[in-house]
Amino acid sequence: MILINEDWCKGCQICITRCPVDALEESDKLNRRGVRPPKLKENNRCNFCRLCELLCPDLAITVIPDEETKEKPKKTLRPPIVSVRSIGRNIK
Amino acid sequence: MGEIKTAGELNKKYLREGMWPTIFCNGCGNGVVLEYTFWALEELGLDMDKVAFASGIGCSSRLPGYINADGLHTTHGRAIAFATGLKAANPDLTVIIFTGDGDCAGIGGNHFIHAARRNIDMTVIMINNFIYGMTGGQLAPTTPIGGIATTAPYGNIEHPFDLCVVAKALGASYVARWTVSHPYQPIKSIKEGIQKKGFSYIEFLAPCPTAYGRRNKLGDIQRLWEWYDKNTILIEDYERIMKYGDEKEKERAKKMIQIGVFQDVEKPEFFTEYQKLVERLQGNTITKTSSVKSKKMVVKK
Repeated sequence: MILINEDWCKGCQICITRCPVDALEESDKLNRRGVRPPKLKENNRCNFCRLCELLCPDLAITVIPDEETKEKPKKTLRPPIVSVRSIGRNIK
Repeated sequence: MGEIKTAGELNKKYLREGMWPTIFCNGCGNGVVLEYTFWALEELGLDMDKVAFASGIGCSSRLPGYINADGLHTTHGRAIAFATGLKAANPDLTVIIFTGDGDCAGIGGNHFIHAARRNIDMTVIMINNFIYGMTGGQLAPTTPIGGIATTAPYGNIEHPFDLCVVAKALGASYVARWTVSHPYQPIKSIKEGIQKKGFSYIEFLAPCPTAYGRRNKLGDIQRLWEWYDKNTILIEDYERIMKYGDEKEKERAKKMIQIGVFQDVEKPEFFTEYQKLVERLQGNTITKTSSVKSKKMVVKK
């Protein structure tokens, strides 16, 4: 779950562009300043890495992990690298 | 109150919420530095009554106003001088200074040099945005060559001031430089800097989209933040390239700004040495009638 203090948001969109899993988007309504604060997408892969919370210059985002509904965060999206030496050993 | 895990709880503890939202422009890096400092303070578990903040004049120097702790908002460039007085009056305080590049390198340059030389126990968090942002974008001592400012409309021809190298040469205990777009290393650096008994200097490269990015055609907020990612290089990587890289890689690395921890040494701190001096001399006053020879013996101890 992501809580956003909408009146603090200045609309820099750093959270949206820097999200590693692209889980945020602009919301439809305007806040007091006339900018569109971010919101979570309908189908998102948010893994609660808390990067948006740490990078928000106006401290407007709070990330609260809810563990039951979500899979655990993966360290990397790349497939594991198999070294050449271990392959050679298997062939022998 | 238990352990703080979310930013909401953190803000309630450390933020003066009546002052919020900030006066900073959209996309400014100052607020991010404030949050990193909060996390560092929280992880250290310091008593906020024992922490004092000091700042000079400028955008970055408004940060102590947003913190729910004692702060000193002083004259331009003199934050370190005032903080030295603060430390002299009460050496138990943890003193943290927020200062900008114009404040620290330009107007308060000499205070910075002598605080680093004496190795006074304080943490200087310098937020470097390459320009005097608050007064409308004048040329700062840290503006890169070719940078455009209101007082340098055809490009800067002065060589910029690298304060990390200065602090390192003066023998400051802890010297580091980070950009605001990498969260975890700066938090660790601030923590180490506060824990360090001695002068710690942590520089942040913070984007200034209004006064610097716009004038230098670095694009909108996102592209300006990316510029900081693309034009910085870790000091370890830089050294490796200088050792093993080819000419092309070396040329490229030389143009980039180095980030990382530059110095981390243990060195005697000024006020502990001063306390020792006082104790030594007060010990001497008891044996005031003793000869010069015996005084020399005391000194040797």
